[in-house]
Order: sequence, then structure tokens, then C-alpha cells
Amino acid sequence: MLAFHIGKFILKRTLKFVTLLFAVVVLTFMLVSLSPVDPIQSYLGAEMMVVSEEQKEEIAEYYGVNQPKLQQFFKWLKMFLQGDLGTSLVYRQDVLSIIQEKFVASFALMALSWSMAGILGYALGVIAGMNKGTFADRAIKLYCFVLASTPTFWIAILLLIVFSLWLGLFPIGLGTPIGVVSEQVTWLDRLKHILLPAATLSVIGVSNITLHTRQKVIDVLDSEFIRFARAKGEEGFTLFKRHVFRNTLFPAISVHFASFGELFGGAILAEQVFSYPGLGLAIVQAGLNSDVPLMMGIVVFSTFFVFIGNLLADVLYTMIDLRMKNGEAI
Amino acid sequence: MNIVYKFRDETNEEIEKIKSNFLLEVNHLSLTIERVGKGSDVEHLHVIRDFHLNIHQGEVVAIVGASGSGKSLLADAILGIHPKNSLIEGNIKYENQPLTEKRKKRLRGNDILLIPQMTNALDPLMKAGKQVESFIKQKNKQKIVKDIFQKVGLDPAVYHQIPSTLSGGMIRRIFIAMALASKVKLIIADEPTNGLDAEALDELLFQLKMLANDNRGIVMITHDLEAAMKIADKIAVFYAGETVEIADRKNVRKAGKFRHPYSRALWNALPQNGFVPIECSQPSPAEEIIGCSFASYCPEATKRCGTEKPELREVENGEMVRCFYA
Ligand SMILES: Nc1ncnc2c1ncn2[C@@H]1O[C@H](COP(=O)(O)OP(=O)(O)O)[C@@H](O)[C@H]1O
Ligand code: SF4
Ligand SMILES: [Mg+2]
Repeated sequence: MLAFHIGKFILKRTLKFVTLLFAVVVLTFMLVSLSPVDPIQSYLGAEMMVVSEEQKEEIAEYYGVNQPKLQQFFKWLKMFLQGDLGTSLVYRQDVLSIIQEKFVASFALMALSWSMAGILGYALGVIAGMNKGTFADRAIKLYCFVLASTPTFWIAILLLIVFSLWLGLFPIGLGTPIGVVSEQVTWLDRLKHILLPAATLSVIGVSNITLHTRQKVIDVLDSEFIRFARAKGEEGFTLFKRHVFRNTLFPAISVHFASFGELFGGAILAEQVFSYPGLGLAIVQAGLNSDVPLMMGIVVFSTFFVFIGNLLADVLYTMIDLRMKNGEAI
Repeated sequence: MNIVYKFRDETNEEIEKIKSNFLLEVNHLSLTIERVGKGSDVEHLHVIRDFHLNIHQGEVVAIVGASGSGKSLLADAILGIHPKNSLIEGNIKYENQPLTEKRKKRLRGNDILLIPQMTNALDPLMKAGKQVESFIKQKNKQKIVKDIFQKVGLDPAVYHQIPSTLSGGMIRRIFIAMALASKVKLIIADEPTNGLDAEALDELLFQLKMLANDNRGIVMITHDLEAAMKIADKIAVFYAGETVEIADRKNVRKAGKFRHPYSRALWNALPQNGFVPIECSQPSPAEEIIGCSFASYCPEATKRCGTEKPELREVENGEMVRCFYA
């Protein structure tokens, strides 16, 4: 019975994913095809002047850029199904290896900002909820509402100006120092480069989880078991530690997991401002230069990644729910 | 041959002293909720108007009143966990000392324990046993809790279960287990028998009685006069936010009736006393009451009842009534 349920769950999710992926791929291909940028030009860059017309023809032939769009699409699809994402025009490199390299950088950025936003957001939500109606609560709420309507790039530029330009605490951009061989880049260097973009994403990502946690804390405080806990003499931090923490943590975690998709979008923008060499920067490069294979590759990968994030959130939530229904303490 | 005990004068004095030494004493207690109504005018809800109660150690006093009459708020007021927008007036003494808000805070959970009305009053994510454990100071908590569970008729395995897997009856027993585990002297049990079948009800009343025999004072709040008549030493009848009568249970049994017309109506509504339906409701808490709160429904009301408020007066031996003619 359990195996049947798990099987059904996996089948349903896989179908949903395949449908979603197909829609995303078609849409992306259509959008890139509409781009007025000549892919050969972006491939050649400055060499455009010195390369002869015949050579250009050959390159176009090699990448198939002059074929009808539909034919190009099916060619890509066929290769994709065989596990081949093709070669990037801009980087002149295998798409899969580009994604691998950029993903490590992006993932570090997202993981760091996701954890920071989670911890900070939960803490702020608890402070606001436990002190509902006070100055602290109103300040935190205001902060969240303002941030929820502030564009990521704006925050990014603001942090950059304050911390890099004025205070000089952090580098202006990139993922590693300029002019240093990659083997000589230290962890401290990497940390310095990642901190500002990660802070940007956290500052924004906090708002959702804070407001959600605040509401949950208020609901819990209003419940009968808190009234009883108060009647037993529990107050303030003891009350939080014994009852509020456990009853608000898991809802907060599952909400935070579900916000992973948004984080992905935010990361693309933040990487732009900080020239942080992750997937976000690569996808913009691909888009600006009509680099179809790279664009498609990143889109497929991103869809997959966000999908996995949401799946994890669901599995986690279901597991906690099941444990609770079975009467096991968490 | 009859043996006549004759106390020496000193002993009599001692008894007098103990008698007047109340564990909890409540006089002229009122609770008013301030609520912002339509527009910006503030509405005052006089949920509790003039409440009296006193209780000795080892005694069970029942507060009997209709549902929604403010009994739970009364418990909250004594414990100091009443809503923020409510105002308490009157005086409450605990062990002969005024019970200030500060003192309430210190005493609740340590000296005074609430047995809550709702079975959802346990933390849904915490093991039942753990929730009882917080009352125990010694080592070996788990074993002590499991022993107490057995005493109140719970399987020790319940220790590891969370509340959603327990029945209402089991949760009510856990509340009793908390009282047993604690060192409190005063227990305020809010509708402790709600939703129990006849057998479980009797068992729970027995357990409450055992707690009282252990020299604790029990205030049992209930809408069930029949249950109150089974264990209470004294019965305080609550109507329209007022104590309308305090009767000794034994005397009620002997006389077969109460003194106050409202208590009589409650009494006559019991199946064994004729099942006469009660034809009265509570006045709205938003209303100002002039005269006797029961005047609109009282069969014995006179002109005076509509204009003058009867005070609670002692009739004999601590028994009290709020009626001109009783
Ligand atoms: N926090 C509150 N704010 C406003 N009204 C309340 C509040 N709590 C209870 N009441 C009202 O006070 C009355 C008494 O409630 P309650 O004490 O629960 O009655 P009982 O326990 O006797 O059934 C009810 O009419 C209820 O609606
Ligand atoms: S005072 Fe008058 S109205 Fe009130 S209970 Fe007595 S007889 Fe009835
Ligand atoms: Mg109640």
C-alpha cells in the first residue's frame, strides 16, 4: 500500500515535470529565435573583421544557424534526448561543463543566502510575533513590506556602493580576485566575494519567511495550549522555548523551502550587479548573444533544480505531517 | 451509649481559627471587558459583576452556572491570565494575603493550578508525559510520571504519545496527573468532567475528591449541578456574573432545595427532581442592571426587586444568599 502511494506520487510528479520542462523549452527556444542578434557575430566577436565570408558560412553550417527554426529545434531536442546539450557559441565550450562550473558558484551563493535568510527571517518573525503591536513588531513589519517591493538590483547596487565603494570592506565584483591564478585563490578570497551578493539575496529573502513566521507565532500564542502554559506560569523565553519554537519551526522550514524558486530568480539579478560568475551571469550572456545551446541548457537545468527544491519541500512536509498523524513526537 | 466529645476552649479557638483561615477568599470581584464596538464608541461587557467565594484547604467548592456565563473568565481572573482588554476590580486574598497581579504570576503553576476546560490545552507536538514532567522537581521524572499515570488509570505507554492520539477522557486524566505531580495547594478545575460518560465522570470526580483529601482546595467550575452535588462541600451558584447563593451541600440534600429562586430552578431541572425546564436566560453582559439580576424571570419578584439590588448576605454558618425574601 505504501509502495503504491510512493509509486503514484513519483509518477505524478515525473509527468508534471516533463510537461513543465517541455513548455519551458519551447518557450525559451521561441524567445531566443526572436532575438535580432546574429549568433555568428557573437561567436566571432572581434574576429568578425578578419574572418572571410566562406569561413562564416562554414561556421553557420557547423552550428546549423541558417536552418529553419523548427528544424533547429528538433535537432536540439534529439541531441538533448541523447544527453548532449551541445556546444556554447560564446564560451566555445561544452554546455554541460559550463553549467557544472557555474553551478558550483551559484549554488554556494544560493545556499549561503538561503540559510542566512532562513535564520534571520525566522528570528525576526519570532521577535515580531512575540511582541505583537510593539515598536519592534511595527519596525519589522515595515522592513518586510518595504523590502518585498524593492527590486533586487537596487538593493545590490546600494550594498555595493556602501560596503565596497565607501567602506571598502568588500571587492566590487567577480567571484575571485583579478590577476590571481585560480589555484592561488584562498577560501577567504572566495568568502569576501560571495558575501555581498549573498547578503543582497538574504536581505530580500527574509521578508517572506518573517511575515509567515510572525503570523504563525501569533496564531500559536492565541491557542488554547499557550493559555494553559501561561496558567502554569510559563512566560517569555521559557514559553517560546517549550512551546512556540517547535510549533512554528516546521511550518517556517517548509515555507522557506518553497521559496527556493524565487531565490533562483533573485540570484540571476544579483550575479549581474556583482559580475559574480554563476549561472545567472552565464544565462544573460547566452541571451544577449543568441547562444541557443547554452541558453537551453541552463533553462533545462534550472527548471530541474527548482523542481527538486520544491519536491524536497513537499516530501519534508508530508513526512512531518505523517509523523504527526501517527502520533510521533517530532 | 453515646460518647460525647467535649472540646476544651483552646481547641475550640483553634477550630475557629482554622475555619476563618481561608485558602482563597474572593469578595466583590468584577471583570469588565472593554471592546471597541461599531464606530469608535467603546462597549463595556460586565461579564463578572459581583462574585464571592471562599474555600478552605481540603475543601471542594463548586461554582455552578450556565454555559457562557463567564465561568472560564472567572478562572482566568483569579490566575491573572485574563484578556489584556479587561479590567478586574474587587479583592482576592490567597492565604490571607492580597493576591496582586505580581503575586498571581509567582503563584500560578506553583501554588495554584488550572485544570483547563478544553482538551486542546496540551501542546500538540509534545509527548504527554513530558508535559506532566515539568511539574516535577526531583530526579527520575519519567518513572514518577508513569506511576502517576497508573494511579489515574492511564497506561504508562501514554507517556510517549502526543495529544492527537489521545481521547478526551484520557486528556482529562492527564490534567489530573498534572495536579498529582505538582505541589499546588489550590486547584481550579474548569469543567473537568465535560464530555465524559457516566462511568468516567464518577471516576474523575473520585480523583478530584482524592486531591482534596490530600489537603488541597478544589474549586470546581461546572454547568452540571448533578456532578457538583456528588463531591462539593459547598456550592456557589453563579448567575449574571454574580454569586447568588452559597449553599452547604449536606443542607441542600437534607432540605431538598436551595434558597435562591435561580438555584431552585437549576435544582428542579435535574431529572430526579422533576425535569422542570429552566425558563430563563442570562441578561446580556452589555446591560447595566438595576435591582435584582434575576428579577425578569423570578416567579417571586416584587416591585422592590426591580429597583433595589439585593446584597449577598449570610444566612447561617457560612451559607449565603442574594435575595430579599429567601
Ligand atoms: N477575550 C474575550 N473577549 C471578549 N469576550 C470574551 C472573551 N472571552 C470570553 N468572552 C465572552 O465572555 C462570556 C463568558 O465566557 P466564558 O468565561 O468562556 O463562559 P463559560 O466558561 O461560563 O462558558 C462569553 O459570552 C464570551 O463570549
Ligand atoms: S430579590 Fe426578588 S427578584 Fe431577586 S431572586 Fe429574590 S425574589 Fe427574585
Ligand atoms: Mg468555560
